[in-house]
Amino acid sequence: MLFYLTVILVCQLAGELIVVGLGLPMPGPVIGMILLFAGLVIRGGIPEGLTRVGDAFLSNLSLLFIPAGVGVVLHMGLIAREAKALGAALLGSTLIAIAVTGLLMHLLTRRQRARAGEGTGETGDRP
Amino acid sequence: MSAPASLTELWVYLAASPLTALTMTLIAYQCGMWISARAGFSPLANPVLLAVLLLVGLLLVTGTDYSTYFEGAQFVHFLLGPATVALALPLYRQIERVRRSALAITVSLITGGAVAAATAVAIGAFFGAGPDILASLAPKSVTVAVAMGIADKLGGLPSLTAVLVMITGVIGAALGPLLLTLLGVRDPASRGLAIGTAAHGIGTARALQMSDLEGAFAGLAMGLNALATALLLPLVWGWVF
Repeated sequence: MLFYLTVILVCQLAGELIVVGLGLPMPGPVIGMILLFAGLVIRGGIPEGLTRVGDAFLSNLSLLFIPAGVGVVLHMGLIAREAKALGAALLGSTLIAIAVTGLLMHLLTRRQRARAGEGTGETGDRP
Repeated sequence: MSAPASLTELWVYLAASPLTALTMTLIAYQCGMWISARAGFSPLANPVLLAVLLLVGLLLVTGTDYSTYFEGAQFVHFLLGPATVALALPLYRQIERVRRSALAITVSLITGGAVAAATAVAIGAFFGAGPDILASLAPKSVTVAVAMGIADKLGGLPSLTAVLVMITGVIGAALGPLLLTLLGVRDPASRGLAIGTAAHGIGTARALQMSDLEGAFAGLAMGLNALATALLLPLVWGWVF
């Protein structure tokens, strides 16, 4: 457990060092993600301990958004002033992006789905 | 010592301790989850949104400022970094599917990520938002830690971006599945990819409720869009502005 937590932190730290060292425009943890992914590809599998640590992070991902989200108190005036622009931009762009991404992926993989015979009733929605 | 004075002293002591803010954050999140479960996981009762509303109310009522709150909450916030690194896991788990539809995923994801940023900036500009607001809006579909980093590089306000990212996630989680069904997009891979690209972790949490495959593709899309937007947006921003 502790070993794999250390592995994740080492990837993040290496990512930060690479970003600062090379002056890259992206955040360090993203490079850390690439490093961990590369490690998994080289190793050819996910060790069980890493699954446990990683899933602990990912299954509570929404919790991690809360401290930053509470930062809304810092910008209440700004948000009230720009409510129309922000509201329209967030609502419009999020819906358009979902529609475009979903339709594009749906169309591009249609032939593949037909070939694999999973073209019908595959949503598996849970109520 | 009179009772009110000691109560005040107690509050001053508690408010200054990081333990209080950290505990309140965890309690508020679990209240949010509980209310959300009670509401039958209605997309409108989003646990993150509920928790944030509870905490904002608490800060306003007690007159606590955000920096005091953040001294405790930063321990939760810090975990966003390792959680971003851990996105390598869903990515790796879907490696076979990803390899099979690599081109479709790449095209859909980069188009979707670009559309998310471009339409947000275009609509914001249409309504007269200033350059710092536009720079804060551009990365709003990316998972929060990465989005804040991008906003900082673009000259936006990272703390405003964090709020916009959260609202984006709530909108995507609430309306995305319905929109995709209306559009006839029923395969879980496409649905997950769309929701993860546009609505990051909050959308992914929603997609996981639908099916494991949908959740895996949402997690994949969140990771890849964080990567693609972090790589491309600062470059494109430099050319356009």
